[in-house]
Amino acid sequence: MKRIGMEGSLAIAEAAKAAHVDVVAAYPITPQTHIVEKLAELVATGELKADYIPVESEHSAMSACLGSCAVGARTFTATAGQGLELMHEVLYVASSMRLPIIMVVVNRSLSAPLSVWGDHSDVMAVRDCGWIQMFAENVQQAYDLTLCAFKIGEDHSVLFPVMVHVDGFHLSHVIEPYFVLNQEDIDGFIPPYRYPYALNPAKPVTLGAFGPPNVYTEAKKAQEVALLSTKKVILNTWTQFKKLSGRSYNPVEVYKTDDADVALMTMGSFSETAMLAIDSLRSQGLKVGLVRLRLWRPFPFDELRAAVSNLSTLIVFDRAISSGGPPGPVASEIRSALYPMKTRPKVVSFIGGLGGRDVTVQAFEKLIKKGIEKAKADQLTDYEMIEVRGQ
Amino acid sequence: MNTTVTVTKRLVNSFEQLAPGHRACLGCGEALAVRLVGKALGQNVIIVSATGCMEIISSQYPFTSWEVPWIHTLFENASAVASGIEAGIRALSRKGEFNEKTKVVAMGGDGATSDIGLQALSGALERRHNFIYICYDNEAYMNTGVQRSSATPYGASTTTSPASKITIGQTTWKKNMPAIVAAHDVPYVATACASYPFDLMSKVQKAMNVDGPSYIHILSVCPTGWRSSTESVIGLGRLAVRTGIFPLYEIEDGRYKLNMQMDKLHPVEEYLKQQGRFRHLSPEVIASIQTRVNADYAKLKEKATRS
Repeated sequence: MKRIGMEGSLAIAEAAKAAHVDVVAAYPITPQTHIVEKLAELVATGELKADYIPVESEHSAMSACLGSCAVGARTFTATAGQGLELMHEVLYVASSMRLPIIMVVVNRSLSAPLSVWGDHSDVMAVRDCGWIQMFAENVQQAYDLTLCAFKIGEDHSVLFPVMVHVDGFHLSHVIEPYFVLNQEDIDGFIPPYRYPYALNPAKPVTLGAFGPPNVYTEAKKAQEVALLSTKKVILNTWTQFKKLSGRSYNPVEVYKTDDADVALMTMGSFSETAMLAIDSLRSQGLKVGLVRLRLWRPFPFDELRAAVSNLSTLIVFDRAISSGGPPGPVASEIRSALYPMKTRPKVVSFIGGLGGRDVTVQAFEKLIKKGIEKAKADQLTDYEMIEVRGQ
Repeated sequence: MNTTVTVTKRLVNSFEQLAPGHRACLGCGEALAVRLVGKALGQNVIIVSATGCMEIISSQYPFTSWEVPWIHTLFENASAVASGIEAGIRALSRKGEFNEKTKVVAMGGDGATSDIGLQALSGALERRHNFIYICYDNEAYMNTGVQRSSATPYGASTTTSPASKITIGQTTWKKNMPAIVAAHDVPYVATACASYPFDLMSKVQKAMNVDGPSYIHILSVCPTGWRSSTESVIGLGRLAVRTGIFPLYEIEDGRYKLNMQMDKLHPVEEYLKQQGRFRHLSPEVIASIQTRVNADYAKLKEKATRS
């Protein structure tokens, strides 16, 4: 296993290449461009024997992916922000037709005002689209999870598309050292793609029949049961990956929570900054820890409940707004997941890091202290947007 | 149209791609066209349908009318899905896992083609995918209840371009899709109509042999939306051609070729008066349509002469 320094986007492209993708259909959008530029280069040099479709929009990117995946070709794409939104209706088709397209989403805010910088607004807008979704926190994880995504999505007991979320710029554009797996190990880990219902004149199938009211509900129920049951394969894949790489992945990751009374919850690259804040607060005598959501869909209810059962307070940090609703979309889901528990931590909601705004170690420390105060005072019905000027 | 007739005649008895028992309206000109297209395509194809009449009448779960591999996903993306399938076939053929000769055929109605799917079609044409696109043009959004599209002819009354006290129905002229496609410099473009089945099938066969994108625009008489009698379908299609309203022609590598020499066009009134959607038109409006049709036909003839 080699350790080399590489930009996040390029490491992701290397993972797609190592997985021997057959078709890449992609449209350029910042901050995802480096991934698809690198893939185009690898195809141009012959290092990756794939067909690259430089489509005219993200809607067509995802639509072309439906086609190539349905004919039995291993399919990869990447997008961000507005691009993900333009794909919106196609995303539902990919999951409902059980086409295991692998997509890296370089998380970006949504217009207006136009912002190419990162937050999780794009993710939250597609949370119900039926894809398996997971978050990477650093370059190594982005590479590892992209490799794992192929094995998970294409498993015949899964057959769901998979999104790997990678924070725009904070992860896509940073250069970090990471361990590269040997090609033979990857080839042994990811079996060839064999879509069981592939379009082929040798054995005609009808894909995408329409569902009148007498079957639509059953189709949706079957899809939901299937999505929830993918967790077994996700866990197995991560276990196998650990044997291969020594690196372990879990639906909910914890940091210094064993004796913690209070924990912060994050997703994505900000988690590593938050760890430094936890270390700092611990040195000040506070028993705090960090809980991170790795697996976003299917939502890891059991793992989350187990991870927070001994906490008095859980401070959830959102990088998106649910406008006019319960403002922190993740906080809202966490509250919903914890509500049935007999004893549960108080959930405090903060929003920040919007449109590429950095959140520093000090800002996280301040936020956690504020969260503890709010929990003590039972101020749980509101939320706070951190570091807003002029309020 | 004539040298190929002896060959295409035999196709009448060839393999039926569209199984009997579909749910189209009585006298549907589009279902007839799909059937004829299928016979000419043969079995080594993958078909991509856009949302619309043909998708709805042929694929209600758990039934299917399709005897060949068929996929439907959304309304505006048939060309993009076809792009992906074609690229997938190429990638898999390289590994010896697919028959590279399998042709991808995308199809959609006039709305899916000239309105909502125009961008995806343009992209697929520009990228030179090896596929056939077939537009079944019944001149409005018939599946959703006869709303106007950019392919609806001038003066036609639809539910969103109603003829009433101060309006004459559709107030714009039909978008020229074959010319838009031809502007992409594709090797083969043709118009066709199920009322001329041998001409239609020979054009489909030609498209099958093109290496690259090709496009066939088929006028599909729709008794439901045009408010015409169900037994008039073939006759109306013929009149559309003979009035010059929908001339049959091909554009091969940029060269225009008229498929029927018509020295004298039938008056457009003969065609218009058989359809409820034009019933309200005054003699003045009909005269203006006649003028426009004459001019368009003359332009087309000139292009064919110069080619």
